[in-house]
Amino acid sequence: MRKLFLIPVAWAAVWAQGAPDFARDVQPILQKRCFGCHGSAQTMGNLRLDREESATTAGRRIVEAVGRQGKIKMPPGGTLPEEEVSVLRAWAGGLRPWSFAPIRRPAEPVLKNANWRRNAVDSFVLAALEARGIGPSREAERRTLARRLYLDLTGLPPSPEQVEAFLADGRPDAYERLVDSLLASPHYGEKIARHWLDLARYADSEGGVQDYGRPWAWRYRDWVIDAFNRDMPFDRFTVLQMAGDLLPRAGLEERTATGFHRQTITSREGGVELDRIRFEQLVDRASTVGTVWLGLTVGCAQCHDHKYDPISQKDFYSMLAFFENADEADLDAPLPGEWGIYRQYAKTFRAEREKLLAEYGIAGTLAEWEDGLRDAMENPGRRPNWDVNYDSYSKQVDHGRRTLLTARGKRTERDQDALTDYFVKSSQGTIGKEKYDGLKLKELGEKLKKLDEKYPRMSRLMTLEESGRKDATHVRIRGNWTDKGEAVAAGTPKALPVLAGGTAGRLALGEWLVAKENPLSARVTVNRLWQEFFGRGLVRTSEDFGAQGEKPTHPELLDWLAAEFQDGWSVKKMVRLLVTSATYRQASEARPDLSTVDPLNTLLARQARLRLPAELIRDSALRVSGLLNDAVGGESIRPPQPAGVADLQYSMKWEETGGRARYRRGLYVFLQRTATYPLLMNFDVPDRTVSCSRRETSNTPLQPLNLMNDPVFVEAAQALAARIEEAPEAERLDRAFALCFGRAPTGRERDAVLSHVARRGWFGASRALLNTDEFLTRE
Amino acid sequence: MAALAGLLADEGRAAEPPIVNPFEPKRPHFPATAKNLIFLYMEGAPSQIDLFDPKPALTKWHGQPLPPSMTKDFKFAFIKPNAKVLGCKRPFAKYGQSGAEFSDWMSAWGPIADDLCIVRSMHTDAFNHQPADLILFTGHMLQGRPTLGSWVLYGLGSESKNLPGFVVLSTGKNNMSQSAQWSSGFLPSSHQGVLFRRTGDPVLYLSTPEGVSGEEQAQDFGLVGELNRARYEKTGDREIASRISSYEMAFRMQMSTPELLDLSKETAATRAAYGVEQETTRAFGTNCLMARRLVERGVRVVMVTHSSWDQHTELEKDLKKNCDITAGPVAALIQDLKQRGLLDSTLVVWGGEFGRTPLGDFRNAEEAKAGRDHHASCFTMWAAGGGIRGGQTIGATDELGMRVTEDPVHVHDLQATMLHCLGFDHTRLTYRHMGRDFRLTDVDGHVVKRMLR
Repeated sequence: MRKLFLIPVAWAAVWAQGAPDFARDVQPILQKRCFGCHGSAQTMGNLRLDREESATTAGRRIVEAVGRQGKIKMPPGGTLPEEEVSVLRAWAGGLRPWSFAPIRRPAEPVLKNANWRRNAVDSFVLAALEARGIGPSREAERRTLARRLYLDLTGLPPSPEQVEAFLADGRPDAYERLVDSLLASPHYGEKIARHWLDLARYADSEGGVQDYGRPWAWRYRDWVIDAFNRDMPFDRFTVLQMAGDLLPRAGLEERTATGFHRQTITSREGGVELDRIRFEQLVDRASTVGTVWLGLTVGCAQCHDHKYDPISQKDFYSMLAFFENADEADLDAPLPGEWGIYRQYAKTFRAEREKLLAEYGIAGTLAEWEDGLRDAMENPGRRPNWDVNYDSYSKQVDHGRRTLLTARGKRTERDQDALTDYFVKSSQGTIGKEKYDGLKLKELGEKLKKLDEKYPRMSRLMTLEESGRKDATHVRIRGNWTDKGEAVAAGTPKALPVLAGGTAGRLALGEWLVAKENPLSARVTVNRLWQEFFGRGLVRTSEDFGAQGEKPTHPELLDWLAAEFQDGWSVKKMVRLLVTSATYRQASEARPDLSTVDPLNTLLARQARLRLPAELIRDSALRVSGLLNDAVGGESIRPPQPAGVADLQYSMKWEETGGRARYRRGLYVFLQRTATYPLLMNFDVPDRTVSCSRRETSNTPLQPLNLMNDPVFVEAAQALAARIEEAPEAERLDRAFALCFGRAPTGRERDAVLSHVARRGWFGASRALLNTDEFLTRE
Repeated sequence: MAALAGLLADEGRAAEPPIVNPFEPKRPHFPATAKNLIFLYMEGAPSQIDLFDPKPALTKWHGQPLPPSMTKDFKFAFIKPNAKVLGCKRPFAKYGQSGAEFSDWMSAWGPIADDLCIVRSMHTDAFNHQPADLILFTGHMLQGRPTLGSWVLYGLGSESKNLPGFVVLSTGKNNMSQSAQWSSGFLPSSHQGVLFRRTGDPVLYLSTPEGVSGEEQAQDFGLVGELNRARYEKTGDREIASRISSYEMAFRMQMSTPELLDLSKETAATRAAYGVEQETTRAFGTNCLMARRLVERGVRVVMVTHSSWDQHTELEKDLKKNCDITAGPVAALIQDLKQRGLLDSTLVVWGGEFGRTPLGDFRNAEEAKAGRDHHASCFTMWAAGGGIRGGQTIGATDELGMRVTEDPVHVHDLQATMLHCLGFDHTRLTYRHMGRDFRLTDVDGHVVKRMLR
């Protein structure tokens, strides 16, 4: 990758020199002025300034208070001398969160028990344990390891045969072989993509009141899956999503990646200002890049300088400026097999459509209506019904304003069709009922719809591309979109290593995000991978690497991993490193000996038991029951859901997917933002309005109702029962446990299940098995 | 989590999993005057001008635009500032000792007039439905934050052991805000409002599957519990204890909901008062009655939504219709709560997301079918019970109802006041998400002391 950096002073030197020294320059001032109320004796407002760490966290707020700029003005007695304020200001201005320090690969620590170590991960983890005199947990049973790996790497539980095959493999590297085979499975990409889709706030509908479907959104989702399966280096993965359209010879693949920026929500509600929606989308784009790659809450700086991190409001709008002149573009992008047949029929379709329109003789009225609409656009406030019609048109028809301003004949076919279709459907309020009925527009509308459905369609692609405009970006005072402040150029936050001059476009932004000198993206990304396999990140607040976030539990390990990741940016290699470590392979049982020393398991003296994400709960039930259709990629599906769920949604119909497709994986369930599929909602899938780095794991009574009574799970229980009953009677119990848990039952479990089967048969027992905590948990 | 782990440490590895209630009732910041909240949400925005805030001056201006000097600072959703004024045809009268003013369409509220604290000076920031719904219930115009009910559940927990702590009941058409009323946003999804649905199961998946009897359902639930207890013994994972508890609660919910929904035990007088027997009021009246039954059973927050108030056209016909549907049952609810001694501990709030313009919406060419556009600058809401000082009207608007002239109350102020009644300092009820402490009142809000007892 090209080098784009100008680093005027060695970054490390800046880091080392920084601002005034805390102990020498700052502490004496705080002692004299603040300790009385914010010290060891009294901690008003829960704030202690006698400790460097808490004083540092509060740094920017102290300056705001002593500078008497904000609501809180300190000290209450009177203003500080200007010299003292400027020392504090210089100190706070130089503060950098830990995560801004350059990444250095630390040396591996020396261990007492070096035998335990399987790779570098273990050295760091064990060294910390040894320092506290704690031993790691034993390795989990091989059955447990098999199930853990299958769930973690493919999202699907292993079959009994797969577990047995692993147990029977006596080769010393049997474990690594299993890891490699799972990394090569197409389901690996599906599993890793799930988390990325949360970050990308991916959904199949556009949000807002109408929440219309986005029928092509899935093509971005499939691109993500495919990129992970091919192990696309993370730096390229980044650049493509930021600016795939700007690469030389950008093809469909590169453009598909820009779909990342098309996951923003929108609104088509009547009366809403288009410019406001556009502004909110730009804010979302800038904030999301900050969250996903920098692990910073840059969105906080939409309204004011960041209170804790060195991100100014100007920095925020400079980030936003990268997107100011990029427009949404839906491209014709045929799927394999579509193009030929589309071309073949395109002319006939066009001829039939023109004939139909001519038959109904709408041309004259259409032209008048267009004039009226244009007039309402340019001179609002004269005819209320036209104002309302124009408002609705401009929301319902994408870039409708542009179409209206383009002369008839110069418009693209698609734009013209959209305008005509809108006229046919929604012009009654302006042309009048008499004319509308006289022209039989309702009937024409139905015919046009049928015609559309009769001919082969061309699939489309949601992308972002440069508009060619050169609009300036302005700071918005207090984040208010109508209140413009100074103009800013596109640029990255000043407190981080800088972009070289000249190339200030999105492409440069993408390259900057994954440049070696950028201390954040590698740390943030390996931490999220860690979170995926251990349940919590080395930095627990995986979304916030700023001053308000938590500090890493193993800072050296984090840096070692980040440095390793930057060396080639291979996600698969990183995943392999994590899951082959001895740390990962530990048993997950609670350790009473550590319940007071390390209740949250931050020291990693055991693995964690993790409740499966919503999607994997579905996948597991369908897999063990034999119903799963594990096809990778393609259009989203709508499984059966209770009547009434979709009714809540304003505009969409939930047309159940038929055939085998309805048994596809949870990742492919149509994500309707305002009326989400109940299983996803009940099991903590984020609403995808904004980027999400870390899902909650809630526990509610709606979850058991869902899994016990949802027809999808009832069907799975029936199918599972049938599968179990294929075995001879004496083997059924073992078969059931092997299918669901990959292990044999204990005596207590044997008694409980068999006596249940005697009363309820295998269907009742299967329902219960699918509802056990163990079934829903990666152990 | 730390607390849970600590408990586990105290007990060592218990053989029997402890009972874990994910919604353990919690203490608020200070003693509360209300422990429950019923929000009567009139979605779409009722016209304050035609119901609560009489503006005789409009008659004089009817059919004419206002001088530009009076409208230059205004923006509306659909109409332009030069739109013609629409006069109000409703006669108003004063009710109760407090002399609260209602138009004839709301005369059913006469008997409760002295219980209400009417605020004529409400104002908000958005003049479109969804952003205004969102700011009213989440404090912010964009989707993604927790709603009022979720915040209250987060702060107070729930007292019901077999019903969700936050229930949503809804009637009417053009319900646009949907999840803006009940989403838990970034709070754990257990804090989400549970919508009691009108079709199918009132709660999703509440019914036992076809072909499974109640007895069999109990047995299957029993086996889940048995297997989970066995696993708890092996792993010592406290999360399993939580899961066991939530399965038990789910089972109780299944068993107790039919009793909740069965209104046959209510007296004929109660049923008549709520209008349960009349076609016009049946659906909304049933929801109001249900709200009382839910509060009685310890449900913390009930939203009762009626969403047909967006009268851009046909104001005369449709506004009256909405009043016919809702006025009686709302009065019945207040009186019923009072009679049962529940009003003192239940905060009831009534209102929409904004108001309607004194200027007319003449999109329909027939003037008789005119309506009003959205108006964010002033509107009327009321609160009652749970620490509210009834029998007063707060705030005033100018002669034409264009803007607030006295005691402005922003929706953030109303939120701060509601939380205050429930025992919270709204600036301290916070949740950290994506690195920032969020609260219902965003960065604003002041408790309206005049509303309090």
